[in-house]
Amino acid sequence: MKTADTAHNEGSSAFAKAGEPEYGAAQGQSRAAELELSGVSKRYAGQREAAIVDLSLTVPAGEVCVLVGPSGSGKTTAMRLINRLISITGGDILLGGRSVLERDARELRREIGYVIQQTGLFPHQTVGENIATVPGLLGWSKQRIGARVQELMELIGLDPQEMAGRYPAQLSGGQRQRVGVARALAADPPLMLMDEPFGAIDPINRARLQDEFLSLQAKVKKTIVFVTHDIDEAIKMGDRIAILRDGGRLAQYDTPREILIHPADEFVAEFVGADRAIKRLSLTTLDELQLMAPDGEKLGAARVPAKASVRDALSTILTAGGEAVTVVDAQDRVQGMLTLGLIEQLLSQEAAQPAQGADGADGAGSTDGAVARAVVEQTREAAR
Amino acid sequence: MTGALTPAIAAAGPVIPNYGSQSSKCVVHNHFFCTDWVSHNWGSILWPALRQHVLLTAIAVAIGFAISLALALAAHRYRVIERPTVLITTFLYTIPALALFELLVAPVGANIYSAEIALVSYTLLILFRNILTGLREVPEEVLDAAEGMGMTRRQALLRVELPLALPAIVAGLRIAVVTIIALATIVYTIYDKGLGVPIHAALGEGPFKTELIAAGGLTVLLALGADALLVLAQRALTPWARAKGG
Amino acid sequence: MHEFVEAFKFIAHNGAVAGHPGLPSLAYLALQTLKVAAIGLAISVAIALPLGVWLGHIHRGSFFAINTGNIGRALPSLAVLAIGDAFLGLGLTVVELALVVLAVPPIVTNAYLGVDGVDDDLVDAARGMGLSEWQILTRVELPLALPLIFVGLSTAAVFVVSTTTIASLAGFSGSLGDIIANETSYHFSGVLGAAICVAALALAVDGALTLVQVALTPRGLRIGRETGERQVAVAPGTT
Repeated sequence: MKTADTAHNEGSSAFAKAGEPEYGAAQGQSRAAELELSGVSKRYAGQREAAIVDLSLTVPAGEVCVLVGPSGSGKTTAMRLINRLISITGGDILLGGRSVLERDARELRREIGYVIQQTGLFPHQTVGENIATVPGLLGWSKQRIGARVQELMELIGLDPQEMAGRYPAQLSGGQRQRVGVARALAADPPLMLMDEPFGAIDPINRARLQDEFLSLQAKVKKTIVFVTHDIDEAIKMGDRIAILRDGGRLAQYDTPREILIHPADEFVAEFVGADRAIKRLSLTTLDELQLMAPDGEKLGAARVPAKASVRDALSTILTAGGEAVTVVDAQDRVQGMLTLGLIEQLLSQEAAQPAQGADGADGAGSTDGAVARAVVEQTREAAR
Repeated sequence: MTGALTPAIAAAGPVIPNYGSQSSKCVVHNHFFCTDWVSHNWGSILWPALRQHVLLTAIAVAIGFAISLALALAAHRYRVIERPTVLITTFLYTIPALALFELLVAPVGANIYSAEIALVSYTLLILFRNILTGLREVPEEVLDAAEGMGMTRRQALLRVELPLALPAIVAGLRIAVVTIIALATIVYTIYDKGLGVPIHAALGEGPFKTELIAAGGLTVLLALGADALLVLAQRALTPWARAKGG
Repeated sequence: MHEFVEAFKFIAHNGAVAGHPGLPSLAYLALQTLKVAAIGLAISVAIALPLGVWLGHIHRGSFFAINTGNIGRALPSLAVLAIGDAFLGLGLTVVELALVVLAVPPIVTNAYLGVDGVDDDLVDAARGMGLSEWQILTRVELPLALPLIFVGLSTAAVFVVSTTTIASLAGFSGSLGDIIANETSYHFSGVLGAAICVAALALAVDGALTLVQVALTPRGLRIGRETGERQVAVAPGTT
């Protein structure tokens, strides 16, 4: 999928000339930089408790890091420290190896895509003008901006001819969010900050927007810091998840799988939810499993597509009365059978693996496996 | 019983209905409205007065707007400024025009400066309030987005806040313009320009109905016309306000 | 400044001018001004306030309510008085008529905006609780609409005082404007003195109305509001 090679080529060379750091952008690729938070803390004057305490984590270039936690955990504050909308009181933040504190704040922000929950689209400007904002601030030529707006609108699935001249008031909530994302991507920033971008959308459209965004990210591969209070969204969207607890302390920073299998402590385990075993099942699709061979001509109680998650398949099994189901591919050819036993096996195998987090936490893996087995046992019982 | 004319007007001399050699029956009998008098005296009396009136208003609103804009921007940035500004402008607004004109004559003299100072004072409260309210009504998240994208304060003000504050600002301008047009009819008491002059002259004669209606009518038409123009201007400047529903 | 000193002397002498013994005193004229203004205001309020409040309550007639405000503002007091003089002669009745014509619009517009602008949710909740329309009006809408209603009343009151003095320019005698229109008799010191009195009168009327407003505002609303903050109806006629 093309990512407007011309615009990016110009982009890299223009910035190289200006002496800006090259964020490892090869020809024709979209820029992404590594983000490092090093001992970051934020204390507001006159407040006894700090809002953020000694937060350290590194987001590799091109990855999505989700900041998640209960309200008051400082996740939005942490995000706003990165683009200096809030001033840091301790520690440092490095983007592409360079401290954000050394740079002019305005210049820094033009290099960082910023998406907020209420979109903040300028009501008095058209969709096209909104998207063109940062390139305009950076002094791009008219043609370049025009081409970029066109390209981005196609990327987010809005017809440029029809929609570029519309005003935000004329768009649906979902469309507005997409324009907000396009606007943040306009200047090809090496980093994107997204603060609960889909929070104000209804659940059905939210799932769609999340999926669309994931496929978008697969194409542009930006470094993204994504804030949410919804653990399910975090699991779905994040390459890595940073769980913050009250008082802005990092509880765990790891891949979704690791957090679900080996939660670092009581707090994380609770936050993730007692159903984390089932949540884990949503991380694996059926085509990644070793399925059972079909038993001759005997068909399962239902058919499940190979692309479905194990969790969805479990749901089908339960509805079908606990019997095995047939897994089929896109052309409806039988790939194998899925049983409750297989699912139980999967859970045990995962739980048995040693913890592989960045912080090397050895968590409640064994307990988790037991819980998983218990769940499956009970399901079997109910099915009989 | 008409009071004696103030010195500024005495010099202009009274207008006599049977003016010059043209005195139609209509005029002599002081009928409701004599078109012949109007067409005959348009160039010498009515049109100059209208021009002067427009000028008086334009100067007052322009200066008033400049001052109010500066004050509103300051108050937007530093809240403390708001209260004293409102108090002072309200105080000025409350003083009846006739009195304010005379009060200014003492230090400044019976000239255009007194007239304009007074007229400007009447615009301040309205414009200051409207501009400030307009700025404050800009949604928070829009400002957050502007700042987050890397706009400087000045850029955010010029590209986002002021355009979005336009409806309230124009509403204030409409009120100010119409108010000043009406008030400027009294300017003649200290400075003989504006549509108040023919009105006053007509009062001294009878009163002379045609001139009264012509001058008074012109004032009203001027005000309504200016108001309509400003509404059109606002519509033209805020295309996004009308675009609703996709 | 010399003129102001003379003006204050004039005031101190209750408007007596050497060589003109028959002139009415300052106090008399001031009182007359107040009387004329009060009558005019009272009639205007009686007509305009119920009308504006009612229209606001039923959320109808916004075009009318807002545009009377616009048109009313566009009418120059002097022109209205002059036309009244031309066609009906200038007696007290005509002056009062002119005052009413000029004072009704701001009262209607602001009363309308005040009542119409009360949060729909509040009215809805009140209705849902079983309050009658009249109770909703008196217990919910009016208290909340007070600030804007009083903006209209103050505007009208100052307008009325101002126009009463202007009436003297049109030939009506019986207000402080007489002095201002008659510089030959009263000299500039008299004119200035009268002007100071007019200003003081208007400010006093405005101040009195503010006190009334504060007295009428329920405590709960008073706490949440900055005192001394005057709102001029900000957006009548905003499209």
